[in-house]
Amino acid sequence: MSLLNIDNIHTYYGNIHALKGVSLNIEKGEIVTLIGANGAGKTTTLRTISGLLKPREGKVTLSGEDLAKYKAHEIVYKGICMVPEGRGIFARLTVTENLEMGAYSRSDKTEIQQNMERAFTTFPRLKERRTQVAGTLSGGEQQMLAMGRALMSNPSILLLDEPSMGLAPVLVELIFDIIQQINKEGTTILLVEQNALMALGIASRGYVLQTGQIVLSDSAENLKKNPTVQKAYLGME
Amino acid sequence: MQSLKRFSWTDIFMWIVGATLLLLIVIGSTLTLQQGKYTTVQWFDLAVFGLAQGSVYALIALGYTLVYGILRMINFAHSEIFMSGAYLGYFVATSMQRNGFLQENPLLGIVLIFLTAMTTSAILAVILERIAYRPLRGAPRLVPLITAIGASFFLQYTFRGLFGTQNRAYPEIDYIRGAIPLFGDFQIQKIQLVVIIAAAVMMASLAFFVQYTKTGKAMRAVSEDKNVAALMGIDVDKIIVRTFVLGASLAGAAGVLYCFMFRIVTFYMGFIPGLKAFTAAVLGGIGNPPGAMLGGLFLGIFESLGPTLFLDGLGIPAPYQLKDVIAFTMLVMILIFRPTGILGERLSKTKA
Repeated sequence: MSLLNIDNIHTYYGNIHALKGVSLNIEKGEIVTLIGANGAGKTTTLRTISGLLKPREGKVTLSGEDLAKYKAHEIVYKGICMVPEGRGIFARLTVTENLEMGAYSRSDKTEIQQNMERAFTTFPRLKERRTQVAGTLSGGEQQMLAMGRALMSNPSILLLDEPSMGLAPVLVELIFDIIQQINKEGTTILLVEQNALMALGIASRGYVLQTGQIVLSDSAENLKKNPTVQKAYLGME
Repeated sequence: MQSLKRFSWTDIFMWIVGATLLLLIVIGSTLTLQQGKYTTVQWFDLAVFGLAQGSVYALIALGYTLVYGILRMINFAHSEIFMSGAYLGYFVATSMQRNGFLQENPLLGIVLIFLTAMTTSAILAVILERIAYRPLRGAPRLVPLITAIGASFFLQYTFRGLFGTQNRAYPEIDYIRGAIPLFGDFQIQKIQLVVIIAAAVMMASLAFFVQYTKTGKAMRAVSEDKNVAALMGIDVDKIIVRTFVLGASLAGAAGVLYCFMFRIVTFYMGFIPGLKAFTAAVLGGIGNPPGAMLGGLFLGIFESLGPTLFLDGLGIPAPYQLKDVIAFTMLVMILIFRPTGILGERLSKTKA
């Protein structure tokens, strides 16, 4: 049984049919990437998994449990945490307060303290700036904060939406290194990226999404060699 | 010349209006002080009264600002939440007065009045949020605003229907009557002292709550981004309800303090203080709790000292009757020259 299984979901924005039967599954310990053009439905897929949107058809199951009856905030307690597109940090809260909000679903004080220490070891920059208001951080630091905050809930699956967006190439490298490190420490990752080359570089498998449908799914190696993928997403002729 | 082109004729006109008002204030104040009609003691009394009145405004203003901060909605029914707390507190106060409980255990009695008022207000706010506001959460912003005005009238006329239109005299509590002599001729009314201290304690607790508790931090997080807050496991609906409870309890307490000061209870007693508190919230920068406190205190003092100070010297016969004119003129001026309010800048900066 897969850790996360998405079975034929149809999600709508009002009357707009955004996801037209998306199915995918993620095994424990994997990094899986979802690539696709703007408007293909990548973010919608993540929002459906995290409960912000409810699918009209199909279901999302975590270790066999149907998530349909849970609201977005309850799904965090089940072990899925999402880092939203554009990072979504609380700009007027301090770095520490942001991290505390990430641990909102946790009540064990020592566990929260340990997670805080872990976040500071993974992202030393955050430790330097912990009393600072998050709105004053640079883009890269905000991305680190958003990821550190999501890890505060000890998720079994981390959903990352465009972590490289708007970052300098050096920082993108750093963020991707950290993603791999987080994965090695035992967190399963579903990565949504426009930067397909980078994403396929660290993922074990990938799905290609096009206008609300999965058109390809294969190992990352094979996807990189696939001529259609090369042409459409890797910018090669 | 280039830089002048940025100003329109309306701007120039408004600057002239503003400058004229400022000039009138300066001339008025100078004349009043020169005439020396009022003694220092009288000025002191006015200032203390203004501070007490301002404390009440500040407590109500916090309710407007907390709800606005989290829902971007002006809860116009807040003035009726204030009134309902005061009204139910009145019933408890009169019955305790009649059976002598209030004379025997004044402190316990006062605490009971506060508890009744705050609970009533809180319960009413929760019901209001559940049936009138929550179903409209996704609607355009004008819709909940109109609903709030509707809810305000609904509550006012429900109280009118249930308890009649008469003005009811609030029982006098001997325990907080009279004045405490300070130095020389200076003295301070016990009631005003109680109001100022009670309000200060409540505002300090609120500031602590919002800054340091888990729920307080979650309130700030929800006010920034509801979706992301939900992604962190925060139950947004629950936090919104708690915000309403907090704001309403302060309004209920403000209702009791208002009654202690003015000793009158009616079904429409919420309207003017509510409007004033709303002014105070805008004055301080709506959505910003410290701003609401500051705005409330400022408006209270301005309203109390202003008429006498600015208008008496200009030969206006009954300046105190014009206190509402002064308060609302100030609101209009603030909206024109500093739409973000006194502390509003920080808010708009970090949001951008």
